[in-house]
Amino acid sequence: MPKLIKGVGCPYCGSSCDDIEVLVSDDETKILEVHNACIIGNNLFHHANDPTRPKLPRMRQPDGSMKEIPYAEAVDWMAKTMLNAKKPLIYGFGSTNCEGMSAVARIAEKAGAVLDNCATICHGPSFLAIFDNGYPSCTLGEAKNRADVVVFWGCNPMHAHPRHTSRYSIFPRGYFTQKGQMQRTVLCVDPRETDTAKLADHHLMLDQGHDYELFDAFRTVLKGFEIPETVAGIPREKIKEAVEIMKKAKFCMIFFGMGCTHSDGRNHNVDAAISYTRDLNEHTKCSIMAMRGHYNIAGPGQVWSWQFGFPYCIDLSKGSHAHMNPGETSSVDLAMRDEVDCFVNVGTDAGAHFPIQAVQHLKKHPFITVDPNFCMASEIADLHIPVRIAGVDEPGVVYRMDNVPIQFRAVIKGLPGVPSDEELFDMVYERMCELTNTQPIWLAAKEDRKYPQNPAVS
Amino acid sequence: MATVTLKPIKTPELIFEGYSITPDAFAGKTAQQIAGLTGHEGKIVTTIGDFFEVSGNAGETAADTDIIINGDCARVKYIGSKMTAGSVTVNGNADMYLGGWMKGGKIYVTGNVDSFCGIQMQGGEILIDGDAKNHVGCAYRGDWRGMKGGTIRIRGSAGNDIGTFMLGGTIIIEKNAFIHVAPHAEGGTVIIKGDVEGRVGGQMVKGDMYVLGKIKFMMPGYQKVGTVEKEVDGVTQTFDHYIGDLGERHPKSKGQIVYANLYLKAAA
Repeated sequence: MPKLIKGVGCPYCGSSCDDIEVLVSDDETKILEVHNACIIGNNLFHHANDPTRPKLPRMRQPDGSMKEIPYAEAVDWMAKTMLNAKKPLIYGFGSTNCEGMSAVARIAEKAGAVLDNCATICHGPSFLAIFDNGYPSCTLGEAKNRADVVVFWGCNPMHAHPRHTSRYSIFPRGYFTQKGQMQRTVLCVDPRETDTAKLADHHLMLDQGHDYELFDAFRTVLKGFEIPETVAGIPREKIKEAVEIMKKAKFCMIFFGMGCTHSDGRNHNVDAAISYTRDLNEHTKCSIMAMRGHYNIAGPGQVWSWQFGFPYCIDLSKGSHAHMNPGETSSVDLAMRDEVDCFVNVGTDAGAHFPIQAVQHLKKHPFITVDPNFCMASEIADLHIPVRIAGVDEPGVVYRMDNVPIQFRAVIKGLPGVPSDEELFDMVYERMCELTNTQPIWLAAKEDRKYPQNPAVS
Repeated sequence: MATVTLKPIKTPELIFEGYSITPDAFAGKTAQQIAGLTGHEGKIVTTIGDFFEVSGNAGETAADTDIIINGDCARVKYIGSKMTAGSVTVNGNADMYLGGWMKGGKIYVTGNVDSFCGIQMQGGEILIDGDAKNHVGCAYRGDWRGMKGGTIRIRGSAGNDIGTFMLGGTIIIEKNAFIHVAPHAEGGTVIIKGDVEGRVGGQMVKGDMYVLGKIKFMMPGYQKVGTVEKEVDGVTQTFDHYIGDLGERHPKSKGQIVYANLYLKAAA
């Protein structure tokens, strides 16, 4: 009898939907059906059935081919390579669980590495703006139950977060928003006519790269001053109308995405958005939220902030303290400036996402990819170590885009012999301790560890 | 005055963090002792002697010590950072954090500098003959108390984020600048003699900016209030006077609201 598992979390986008139902085979090795998920989430679960999934690490041979090797050998090579490097870079973690992120941080400390996550090419500038200006945010539940004006600024949830609009932002009926979409006014600020813009009541089609000026115009109008006839290609009247809608809202919710964080000005765009949110709170209730990309990309921010005090771009090479300064310690900058001599890509695809010049620089040195599947980063790597898929065959804690932690469950049994990220990193940590003649204090302190097997934990 | 001369003998494989290359660290040391001062290359602790040939002993104090680096330091960070007195001359380029957190003394670079030049500066002088990259005289991430004093003069162009969260001091860019001049600033003066792409004085509370060239995209939060004659860097010229950023909070002084001033050179 196939089993229907309810309340499953979806390991795709930052919405981290936790209402998925998965029908699995009797022996819990195959996924038969996935209900409620969007098409991308659906495919993600079905990927786990792929019979060609790698089951053993693969090492690049002198002739350029890849050869399967045992896990012990891969762990040993990874530990030695990272210890020998002057400054390794560990990057990724958009798509793995918090347990893995916590375990990798101990390796980074041991190896004197730079620890970075996908935020560096995503919502990193939002962190910088939050450092500078605070974060008047809320949870998605509040957005669902209260927001009657929703602003999508430089983001396109219809494609990037397919169920965001139906679960949290436009369509759901909440406590104070019983009429759902009928009760909500949707504004979209985007230089393109995206599918989200088509759905919006008002589309402010600004000139690309002029978000900062538009935010400033909004703030100036809100303070009662006159603005030029057009700002960022948008007529004055249209801007005034938009400000009036937001001012008259009972609860205004601003969602922003890559359009703000990765056009000119970056953190300053978000900074201005935060200032505008604060200004609006003098008239009504207003809140702001970053549209985080992956289902657990808020996780490393939480985990590493707790461990080191910084959410990303953490340079641990001094051994005595963590140093963080994006522009210097951010992955792409380090790669472009040839400042690192070993690269570890975990649960993401730097091969596909980084500028080609950055990848070319990284490829001069040992390149390790830890990923359940074959991807561009695994195909150019010197060592590819497969792991289990967090949220599918490995449980764990994830942080949704509003920084709410959710316990994800495993729906099928993991591939035999394939470790989880956490187990793999604990193995590497243990090997590093052996090689440096130090005590594996982190493993000893970890009561619920999975590796090495703790008899006290069943 | 005593002069210590450094000559680069090896380019670091990664980057040399030369945080010891300051008159303060050199003061009272012989050439041999200076060569033994530490720096970092990644996690490896190295010495100045690994990358430079050192000649000449330092003076008794930082104020008595002049450092001359004859050669390219494009891969040496933190030159002259946190220095309080004396001087550093780089005959070549310099990397990030040149004169960062510096409190006094003089730095002169004949080539270009990378980002974060004069970050969190409190006093002293920095003179760059070439161009600077981004974040000239800006605040460290998350710090709302940026540059407090001193002068930075870039003879070439600069990138974005000039004088972020600035509280005092002067930054002069003799050629062009990209975007974000003095964002969030609450004091200080920024002079740009060339053109600026835009975002001049965004979210600025207080302070003065002079632009002698053109601003391609003006901030909507600035309003023209008049025309004034001002002496800038020794030359008196006519400027259009704008106040702003009207969208930002502003303090009151003697019953008057204090705005940031933007002086844009009036069309001839």
